[in-house]
Amino acid sequence: MKTQQSVGGGRFSVEVFTYGSGEPLLFLHGAGGVFEPDPALEELGRDFKVIAPHLPGYGESTGGDQIDDVIDAALFYHQLMDELHLDSAYIVGHSMGGMLAAEVAALDVHRARKLVLVSSAGFWMEEHPIPDFFAADPKDLPALIFHDPNSPAAKAMTQIPEDRELMAQMYVERVKRMTMAGKFLWPIPDRGLKKRAYRISAPTLLLWGASDRLVPPVYMSVFKGHIRNCTEVQIPEAGHAVIQEQPQKFCAAVKRFLKE
Amino acid sequence: MKFTWFHLMPYRFLPDDFKQKYHSVWVDIPRDLYDPKIGHQLYNEYLDSLEFADQMGFDGLGCNEHHQNGYGMMPSPNIMAAAMARRTSRANLVVLGNSIALYNPPIRVAEEFAMLDVLSGGRLVAGFPVGTSMDTNFCYGQTPALLREKYQEAHDLIIKAWTEKDIFSFNGKFTQLRYVNLWPRPLQQPHPPVWIPGGGSIETWEFCAKHDYQYSFLSFIGHVHGKRITDGYWETMSRLNKEPNPYSLGFVQTMAVAPTDEEAERIFAPHMDYFYNRCLHIYSGFADAPGYRTLDTIKYGLLAQYGRPTMSGLTWKEFVDGGYIIAGSPKTVRERLTEALKTLRCGHLMALLQFGSMPAEATRMSTELFAREVMPHMRGLWSEYQDRWSPHPLPAADRAKPAPVGGASAGRTSAPSEALASREVSK
Repeated sequence: MKTQQSVGGGRFSVEVFTYGSGEPLLFLHGAGGVFEPDPALEELGRDFKVIAPHLPGYGESTGGDQIDDVIDAALFYHQLMDELHLDSAYIVGHSMGGMLAAEVAALDVHRARKLVLVSSAGFWMEEHPIPDFFAADPKDLPALIFHDPNSPAAKAMTQIPEDRELMAQMYVERVKRMTMAGKFLWPIPDRGLKKRAYRISAPTLLLWGASDRLVPPVYMSVFKGHIRNCTEVQIPEAGHAVIQEQPQKFCAAVKRFLKE
Repeated sequence: MKFTWFHLMPYRFLPDDFKQKYHSVWVDIPRDLYDPKIGHQLYNEYLDSLEFADQMGFDGLGCNEHHQNGYGMMPSPNIMAAAMARRTSRANLVVLGNSIALYNPPIRVAEEFAMLDVLSGGRLVAGFPVGTSMDTNFCYGQTPALLREKYQEAHDLIIKAWTEKDIFSFNGKFTQLRYVNLWPRPLQQPHPPVWIPGGGSIETWEFCAKHDYQYSFLSFIGHVHGKRITDGYWETMSRLNKEPNPYSLGFVQTMAVAPTDEEAERIFAPHMDYFYNRCLHIYSGFADAPGYRTLDTIKYGLLAQYGRPTMSGLTWKEFVDGGYIIAGSPKTVRERLTEALKTLRCGHLMALLQFGSMPAEATRMSTELFAREVMPHMRGLWSEYQDRWSPHPLPAADRAKPAPVGGASAGRTSAPSEALASREVSK
């Protein structure tokens, strides 16, 4: 289900996708946004009430110009939770969404009942630099994001519509989203989480695609070094887009952790 | 009609297989392709050319700012302008310009431009480009989404620093200063003329109109393809009820003059090939970071200028026919240029008379022929309009004269200045 939610006295109008029912699970998308239909979010909806808002500046969500940095974004999510009457929730964030989820949990440690960071951004290792996906040639993106760049999931994500009008729309929307993403990720995806992550007290699952070439699994060790209560899971035959590439295994790992 | 002799200061010795072997001339060009000993020769050769252009009667000497770039060796154009200030005396110093969002605090630009204006006796044109995506986002790490807002704030601060009579505080989003107090301040009052170099963003036109700034379209696409941009500019001026004054528009045009059309091709074709096929070998992924262009500009349908496939692999005939270059005998250049300037309604031409691998002698010949046999025939163009965008230097009599150096006069100090004599502490 898709709804439009006014937040902050009209400062933001937020496109919210919800799936199923149960205990609330807030899903924070990566730089690409929410891709509908999302089989993994649907599957999680069998056990939880999945709430997947589009960050302002993405899709139908407005108010992107009010968010300049990760703190602005994290406080926006706090406000959204308040207005959805969620004192706390399970928070799952993918990539850029993982970075923001960690900030949400660090700024107010009571917000996340449990935290799942999926192929998460937020740190920078000098010896393992994250490739510059902003400058990447579009034809190289599947190999950067997917374990198998020729899989149907990879093909679906990189498909370009033939219709010129649709293609232009898609291009403008992509630029709009990546413009927002740049506020957190440009030019180096490190905005000081290392100063704040020590506060995170929620049990945290680090969930990675074993062949993630964008944010390689070696980054799990940095998260583990900063967050006190971490569990690690790697999913084989999955890249950075682990949610699209291995939806069943992803959902199984998330459910196992949240129900423990 | 006014003419600025514009230099990009390219590195002239990129390898023959540069395009095949290397990723990009800009941003990630390997540093070992640059030899500082050659760089030393080139800077001095290029300053010689600019000084020669001053002697030949050009109205302005132009330079600009690029970073990590094999065809533009001026990370700081202010340094070149300072060098020119001492050894030229007539031409204006057209610095196009300083990418003001890159300097923290941007008051640095207000100071350096004031220094140049004072040093040169009021000959400065102050250019404020946003800067390319390569320079600002990729080389200087600016967040694309915030660049234009930062630019606006820097602009407001610089203008206020130049014009405000008292010390003031500045509480910006990107810059906070308790004491803004420009020392020295510019010689030209209220401030040097401001020119805005642009690459075709529609917001820039409205910005120029609002502040009555000159707009300079800096590109290498030439007068045929560039007309799409200048048309957009004039449409905006008309919509905003601005005077269609040709002096409010600057335009870069690559040009080359030889005694005959045939000689022009023989002499300049290899350098044109070098320029387009080596210098402009720019990885397209660096051309347009998401957020660099506004959605309005993207929707306006302007494609990224850099990395266009039509820019490479062209023959001399295609360069000439496509207007990328205006080249040939003085007569040919006169005819084509007059037509181009009229079509574009351009009153300030940025003449790119050195391009690519062109050595000093060819540059000198082309410059001299242009100055003697092309320029004088066009001086009358747009005489019905007033040029409100050129500097107002001190009268020659009031200007300091650098003391001669070397030979018999070595060690001599400057002639005593009348302006200072009466004020000295010990007379």
